Amino acid sequence: MSPSKAVLKERIIKQILTACAFSSLLFLFLIFAFILVEGLPLFYKVGVKNIVFGMKWAPTKGLFGIFPMIVSSFLVTFGALFIGAPLGLGCAIYLAEYAGRQQKLFLKPALELLAGIPSVVYGFLGVIYIVPFIRQFIGGSGFSLLATSIVLGIMILPTIISISYDALTSVPRSYREGALAMGSTQWQSTSRVVIPAAKSGILASCILGMGRAVGETMAVIMVAGNALKIPTDMLDPLRTLTSNIALELSYASGDHRMGLFSTGVVLLSIIMVLNYLANFVIRRTVIK
Amino acid sequence: MSICRALLLTVMVLGAIGCGGDSTSKAIYNKHIVNIAGSTSVMPFTEKLAEHFMVEQPTFRVNVQSGGSTAGIQACMNKTVDIGMSSRELKPDEKTLQEITICLDGIAIVVHPDNPVTSLKLSQVRDIFSGKIKNWKELGWLDRRIDAVTREEGSGTRGAFEELVMHKDFIDDGIMVQDSNGSVKEVVATDPYAVGYLSLGMVDTRVSAVNIDDVKPTADAIKKKQYKIVRPFLYLTMGTPTGDATTFINYVLSKDGQLILKKEGLIPVNESK
Repeated sequence: MSPSKAVLKERIIKQILTACAFSSLLFLFLIFAFILVEGLPLFYKVGVKNIVFGMKWAPTKGLFGIFPMIVSSFLVTFGALFIGAPLGLGCAIYLAEYAGRQQKLFLKPALELLAGIPSVVYGFLGVIYIVPFIRQFIGGSGFSLLATSIVLGIMILPTIISISYDALTSVPRSYREGALAMGSTQWQSTSRVVIPAAKSGILASCILGMGRAVGETMAVIMVAGNALKIPTDMLDPLRTLTSNIALELSYASGDHRMGLFSTGVVLLSIIMVLNYLANFVIRRTVIK
Repeated sequence: MSICRALLLTVMVLGAIGCGGDSTSKAIYNKHIVNIAGSTSVMPFTEKLAEHFMVEQPTFRVNVQSGGSTAGIQACMNKTVDIGMSSRELKPDEKTLQEITICLDGIAIVVHPDNPVTSLKLSQVRDIFSGKIKNWKELGWLDRRIDAVTREEGSGTRGAFEELVMHKDFIDDGIMVQDSNGSVKEVVATDPYAVGYLSLGMVDTRVSAVNIDDVKPTADAIKKKQYKIVRPFLYLTMGTPTGDATTFINYVLSKDGQLILKKEGLIPVNESK
């Protein structure tokens, strides 16, 4: 192959790869544009306040309040974090600080598998086991904030574990050696030196886990009960922003459909804020 | 390699679907194609009808899709389908479509088979769903919250239920929502304290339908107009039905078609008129 041909080939490949890189940006832009075009007109028509802070969702009767769903989305997210964060962090600490090579060899692929299980399977297991269990032994119908939090808590485990694990292992070895040289036990070195050093990464893992929990749809529809009220009890059913869209889209038309896209606009804003926060936290660590 | 093959297959399938409606492909395969979409309540019965129809008329192919009454009505208006299915009455702005009532369907109020409450007044059902009655004790059973389940906003079954049972009252926000007849049945079949409503044709032994105002929800009671929670199943066409769609509609309205619907627990129109 003559040099000019090689150069040409190189240039073409570079251009193809550039196009690939920018296509994802294009998709993101298209999704944004599409959701905004479909969702924004209703904000003008009904008013931002009546949508975001409205208490009643009855789109066929002209009421588009999604405030209860915003609250519910946050409730399940924090519920999931309450269950997922300690468990995930514990697992990450064990993997990074205590586990030997044998155990790592066994645990890491298992966790990756956990991340790969489709959400509908989690939802199905929730309906078959968790919901009846809660109904029988704790009370209520079982379709509840509690059931949703448990299912989502398990689903965000892989996110929390893998990112916290990376944060913990990126703490320089010299930190641990220093602590041990001072006569600290392994737990003292972990809890007083390594975890504080990896703090931002651990925080970022929780924020990304929240992003995953807010965005989860299928499993939530199956176990949340989807009632429109703000839950006042761990055993009350609830409806999140994502499940509102998925539940009603097939039947919606006209303003109802636009209302669902407005739900999408709000959801998109929440996810954007969460991602920004996570990036901010991660960037701060890197600069340090 | 296998990815290439999969892509090729996808393109071929998409191509085949894409030209399904045009006349040249019909000539090639010598098939008459009828596309139907709409209500999830009507779909299973339309599928059954389509199966029998295609056995009798091998040159026909009937494609049935769900998506909901509203989606069916819209698809029909956009002419993306030949026939739309609806399980609710048309709204005034949808009245441009031609309606054909293929049968009537009762909406049954269902509870868990172990539930001793076997009879309710219509007003009690209304109070349960509007949140006025919250406890089974008020209906003469044990002291336990009622787990009522409704359908999602926009569903044909919910629309009919609101019109026939709720009248002016709203369904309470605290009531659980499921997005299909099947999911409602699943909840009621597994939760002993649940109550929900679904198409009478979907009722089987896993749930039990309660009597309303002392009338058992049966085809007979609906025919005699004793059971009141009844709605029509509609086929919709843009203008007067033509060509292949007519052949299918005529089959559905024929004695054979109506008999199939009757066997499924629905109330045929030819008899009920």
